[in-house]
Amino acid sequence: MKRRDFLRWIAVSGGLTFLPARAWAGAAYERLLILVELKGGNDGLNTLVPFADPAYHRLRPRLAVKREEAIQLDEHNGLHPALRPLLPLWQAGELAAIRGLGYPSPNLSHFRSIEIWDTASKSAEYLQAGWLARAFAAHPPPATFAAEGVLVGSGELGPLAGGARAIALNNPAEFLRQARLARPEMRADNAALAHIRKVESDIAQAGTRLANAQASLRTEFPRGEFGNAVRTACQVIAGGAETAVLRLSLGGFDTHQNQPGAHANLLGQLAEGLAALKTALQELNRWERTLILTYAEFGRRPQENQSNGTDHGTASVHFALGGRVRGGLYGAAPALDRLDGNGNLPFAVDFRSLYATALARWWGIDPAPVLNGRFETLPILRT
Amino acid sequence: MCRLLALLLILFAPLAQAAALGAADARHLLNRAGFGATTQEIADFARLARAEAVERLLAGAVTEARTPLPAGVEDYVRPSRLRGLSDEEKQALLRTQFEIGVALRGWWLEEMLSTPSPLSERMTLFWHNHFVSSQQKVKSARLMAQQNRLLRRHALGNFGALLHAVAKDPAMIVYLDSATSRKEQPNENFAREVMELFTLGEGHYTERDVKEAARAFTGWSIEPETGEFKWRPFIHDRGEKTVLGRTGRFDGDEVLDILLEQPATAEFIVAKLWREFVSADPEPQEVRRIAARFRDSGYEVRAALRALFLCEAFWAAENRAALIKSPVDLVAGTLRSLAFDTGELLPFVFTLRQLGQDLFGPPNVKGWPGGEAWIDSSTLLARKQFLERLFRGQELRGRGRDMDGAPARAERVALRGGRLGEEGRERMRRAMEAVRFDSAGWLARGERLRLAPQDVLLPGEPAAAAPAGAGGLERIRLLALDPMYQLK
Repeated sequence: MKRRDFLRWIAVSGGLTFLPARAWAGAAYERLLILVELKGGNDGLNTLVPFADPAYHRLRPRLAVKREEAIQLDEHNGLHPALRPLLPLWQAGELAAIRGLGYPSPNLSHFRSIEIWDTASKSAEYLQAGWLARAFAAHPPPATFAAEGVLVGSGELGPLAGGARAIALNNPAEFLRQARLARPEMRADNAALAHIRKVESDIAQAGTRLANAQASLRTEFPRGEFGNAVRTACQVIAGGAETAVLRLSLGGFDTHQNQPGAHANLLGQLAEGLAALKTALQELNRWERTLILTYAEFGRRPQENQSNGTDHGTASVHFALGGRVRGGLYGAAPALDRLDGNGNLPFAVDFRSLYATALARWWGIDPAPVLNGRFETLPILRT
Repeated sequence: MCRLLALLLILFAPLAQAAALGAADARHLLNRAGFGATTQEIADFARLARAEAVERLLAGAVTEARTPLPAGVEDYVRPSRLRGLSDEEKQALLRTQFEIGVALRGWWLEEMLSTPSPLSERMTLFWHNHFVSSQQKVKSARLMAQQNRLLRRHALGNFGALLHAVAKDPAMIVYLDSATSRKEQPNENFAREVMELFTLGEGHYTERDVKEAARAFTGWSIEPETGEFKWRPFIHDRGEKTVLGRTGRFDGDEVLDILLEQPATAEFIVAKLWREFVSADPEPQEVRRIAARFRDSGYEVRAALRALFLCEAFWAAENRAALIKSPVDLVAGTLRSLAFDTGELLPFVFTLRQLGQDLFGPPNVKGWPGGEAWIDSSTLLARKQFLERLFRGQELRGRGRDMDGAPARAERVALRGGRLGEEGRERMRRAMEAVRFDSAGWLARGERLRLAPQDVLLPGEPAAAAPAGAGGLERIRLLALDPMYQLK
């Protein structure tokens, strides 16, 4: 084993939570990170259901998922029935559920809270750049990559805002056809013009590298917007265009009213999409080199509201999937007996621990300077 | 004394004349206050002094749209009507609703193109992006049209009156789930958004204020059978509430008045107007000054706009060409300033959606973020594609396909799920064929009024080098494809 590989091996292996700075070997961006944003704030309690907790049923007389309907993972926890397509991943030990992700002094505004997640800031701290943009500024992905990050569906830059070389895609073939209109050689004497110039040059670079993006896949993708986004993401990978991050998003989780049908539908789209993603990544021989993480601005309030829905909450459960994920439950069960003054859950795991895990154990880069602090990594990856 | 005044007037008369705007300032004012000024408008305003020009814009404001609403918009579909229908009937009803929604979007775009007061439409759009509701959730085209009428009526009127009216607007009540909010368990959605997004801004209230205010708003509901506002006293919480340090048995209107008393509200609105009209970075001192004036006027929107349009920063060189055009700026502005002939506006409704500004359908309650967020790699290319297609209209005719032979993207979007059907496709084709640009006539008008194409189309020097010798239509096309054309 070469020294560099050895160091990388140390960096990504479990157990060594805080490594001295000299041990970081340079980023392993051939390992892909796929982020899936659940926009609006997903109801974690009805995603990974604590069906054995009487408080859960007491707080949700109408909305609780019944024990017999949940896909039971153990004596306490079950998946929402719409998540059945994820069961094979769970059984294969490739699905981790991290419970209680949140942060101190939670903010209940959609916009502020997603900003906190995107910039990995403290609750009362305002940062400009996204956490991935900061990581890439310190450890740039290879210049040969088509882009540092590819956004599929929503063009919001989120964790890539503030300088990352990112492109937004809906359809790679169409992007390529249009890319000839880019004009990267231009002057830029104010911020607005500079922004346009940067986008033009990102397009030009991505365009030259997406040339094979029309590769076809045998995998069948689910219908609907999220299924299309998954297909587009897989086409980018299939075409050989390299990127460090792919970000997908699925919207509509702000279920203040009539939650049951809407939520089941969203979870169904999510589960089918993720299952198709696995099939396609296996077809492409990339499953072992891909880590998929879900995230959202917050969870929902444990107590259901009068509109058959749930209001803005705090800590929630999120999934990690991939060929090297060590499946299982992490974090702590929702403390429904310790709700705060707003009736919301305390957090069990700081969301920046999840980011630290991706930075340190997946890519092998020092997370402390990126996250402005040290956060314990999670043992969710196999070595 | 009078003679002295007269003497002063005579002495300064030439100065007053020298203070005429000129073409560059006129275009700047008109394009910030409206959409895509025409050659004639620029020539007219170029002769006015600043204050005169600003007063003309403010005085020209209208409170009603002149384009008649499309057929079907006024029909109200009761939610109960869906029950008892067969799946087929439901599908047909939903399709009709979708088509009416598309027609409503076309109606607003038509109004933007034909209004005598583009400023009124810009402000209506500004309030649509402030007091956000989306048809995706509200469903009813009638309620969306009714809210649009409300926003236009108060667009340059009184902000306090608008706030009170919008809080009881049925589309808003549906959008923010207020209809079922009752004293036993008030829904916090409206209370939170009214503080965070409509008045104070984040950081000027506490979670406790949200909870207390939510109690005051209970009982503001709608009658589902008619879609009208309905006061339901039995679910209203009459108890004592404490909001922003004030305690009393407040109802919703009283809470709104408390919000209007806060200086943060005027500053929040003025800073947002600044970002709409002046630059991406509000100057705090100027915002405070203008906000004080706004508040002292009793929240007259005209007072705030007058102060903004007349402040030094609005005219400063560093703030020229400093704002990124919104999709509406780009689409409506291009059609207006180049005097395109259009038929049905259907294709442009889909262009706006593709560029990220689906009218009546903002992405969430915070509205379109605007500014740099308008332009990413995918929307920048779509913008250029839209402009290219406009100027290649001749080649497009009769094909309904873009230059690479694939069905045009907007059309594909429309066709997804076959929602527009064969008839819709045919309408789309006809509408594209009806798009005409009389480049010779447009160039001749510019020559007559002594305005070069660049003076009308760009807010500054082109950013990319144009090939030498391009003239006529090709010159116009290159100017429109210049990165500078994305700015205003």
